[in-house]
Amino acid sequence: MAALTDNTVRTTSRRIIGDEMIVFILMTAVLAIVPMTGIYPYFVMQGLCFALLACAFNLLLGYGGLLSFGHAMFLGTAGYVCAHALKVWGFPPELGIVAGVVAAALLSIVTGVVAIRRQGIYFAMITLALAQLLYFIYLQTPFTHGEDGIQGVPQGKMFGVLDLSHPDTLYYVVLGGFLFGFLAIYRAINSPFGEVLKAIRENEQRAISLGYKTDQYKLLAYILSGTLAGLAGSLKVLVAQNASLTDVHWTMSGEIVLMTLVGGLGTVFGPVAGAFAIIAMQQYLAGFGQWVTVIQGVIFVVCVLTFRRGVVGEIAHYFKRSL
Amino acid sequence: MTNEFILETHGLTKEFAGFVAVRDVGLRVRRGSIHALIGPNGAGKTTCFNLLTKFLKPSAGKIFYNGRDITARAPADVARLGLVRSFQISAVFPHLTALENVRVALQRQHGHSFDFWRSKSVLDRFNGRALELLDEVGLSEFAKTPAVEMPYGRKRALEIATTLALDPEMMLLDEPMAGMGHEDIDRIAALIKRISAKYTILMVEHNLNVVASLSDIITVLTRGHVLAEGNYADLTKDERVREAYLGAGHG
Ligand SMILES: Nc1ncnc2c1ncn2[C@@H]1O[C@H](COP(=O)(O)OP(=O)(O)OP(=O)(O)O)[C@@H](O)[C@H]1O
Ligand SMILES: [Mg+2]
Repeated sequence: MAALTDNTVRTTSRRIIGDEMIVFILMTAVLAIVPMTGIYPYFVMQGLCFALLACAFNLLLGYGGLLSFGHAMFLGTAGYVCAHALKVWGFPPELGIVAGVVAAALLSIVTGVVAIRRQGIYFAMITLALAQLLYFIYLQTPFTHGEDGIQGVPQGKMFGVLDLSHPDTLYYVVLGGFLFGFLAIYRAINSPFGEVLKAIRENEQRAISLGYKTDQYKLLAYILSGTLAGLAGSLKVLVAQNASLTDVHWTMSGEIVLMTLVGGLGTVFGPVAGAFAIIAMQQYLAGFGQWVTVIQGVIFVVCVLTFRRGVVGEIAHYFKRSL
Repeated sequence: MTNEFILETHGLTKEFAGFVAVRDVGLRVRRGSIHALIGPNGAGKTTCFNLLTKFLKPSAGKIFYNGRDITARAPADVARLGLVRSFQISAVFPHLTALENVRVALQRQHGHSFDFWRSKSVLDRFNGRALELLDEVGLSEFAKTPAVEMPYGRKRALEIATTLALDPEMMLLDEPMAGMGHEDIDRIAALIKRISAKYTILMVEHNLNVVASLSDIITVLTRGHVLAEGNYADLTKDERVREAYLGAGHG
């Protein structure tokens, strides 16, 4: 994982914090005016959900050095639980979101305890295996409605006042959820915990020799990542009004990896750029049918060969900044 | 603790798939001394360090630290007891600055390390102590330099500063001067001499001049077992040591 060490914060001077602040304000401003621009808001909302998902994944791989190949399980599980809570239990949207997030958090605790002691490729394999196990469970259990998925999920009124069937309201609620998750991840990266996590990624043996029980830190990173991926899953249900097997399928886990790598592993904004790039591509190339996968594969290969740091990673490297 | 020996091993043995890398080693390190562990390449010195710090599980034998049996402890626990090691291959956190490298060690003892909701600016209160430690090893000017950009000799000094940050009782240094130029060697030797006033040091080193001038006692290891032990003057007269060690092309 050579790219891992390339996109790391070079210094902690004020200038760099300033750079990130400026980009964050720009990003928020652009996202805030989307409903006034005539851009199809459904596309952007979908992008925001995937962006949050990729950011959560990046916390684990880019900063914790752990490659999970089963992250779709958090997206899908939160989605099913949120959809079920909204449709069957008649939860208001805010509680539906919380239900999905809690489910993802519990799942991350259970799977994390099983997986965290494995290193490198074994960690990737065990997370993939756990996600596949869950996929088959969701295929069989009645509450997920198998191949059909949970359809026609009511959006309802958030806090009793915000009518989410109104596109603009829904948009700003999703944007709010994304920004919350994004800032939570940013804070975690720049917290005392984040410092230890980076140290473990850089040299785990040395961290152990300093007295750190590294498994515990990796587990916490995994749980935070899974929980925030769950938030993305809940928000996605409100946007799409359904929850289906595609969100727990291993190809989704692969796409999460792809988005993060294309955007820039271990960069703050890379996963956001990567997520939008990939779903825009899927949108525009939809006409090519099955070929989308092939084209995606080619882009991925080109990406890995020519700009290993990802789009944002290369830009940051060129300007010697940290983004 | 009034034990004369801070670290003792009995019958320490490590076997790798039939190959015995460390055989029945009984090591006793006197509190407050600089103890050198020498021997030709592949003698088992690093393996010994790995056993002492629990990075490897011994196949047989016991390890006592401050009179306490630590044979079954986890490596992070051993570090917490005050027995801290460095590595043969430079072990810094490359993309953290020198200051941040030291701070990671300071942070461990003073808590907050699981706080993911706080800003890392709470760590600024360790900056003063971290700068003191960097100053102690002559690295003040590198405080804001990422470790990866520091010259090799300075990285080793940074490792020592990071280890000192834990305020250990005993330090294990694995070839602290390997690959260094004269200037760096002198600086690190002076540093080790200076810190030995406060800490017990067990050191692996190939540079015999350094070993001669620094160590109080030397243990010679060959093919996994202890060949001889004594001070430098005695050992240079020992025929077996000359044969095994000097004969292997060193010195
Ligand atoms: N994990 C391992 N698996 C198998 N053999 C090992 C392992 N670690 C070390 N060895 C073997 O044990 C022997 C002792 O190695 P060790 O690294 O302890 O030597 P050393 O005295 O530190 O040598 P050097 O001076 O070259 O650093 C060597 O023959 C080495 O190949
Ligand atoms: Mg060695």
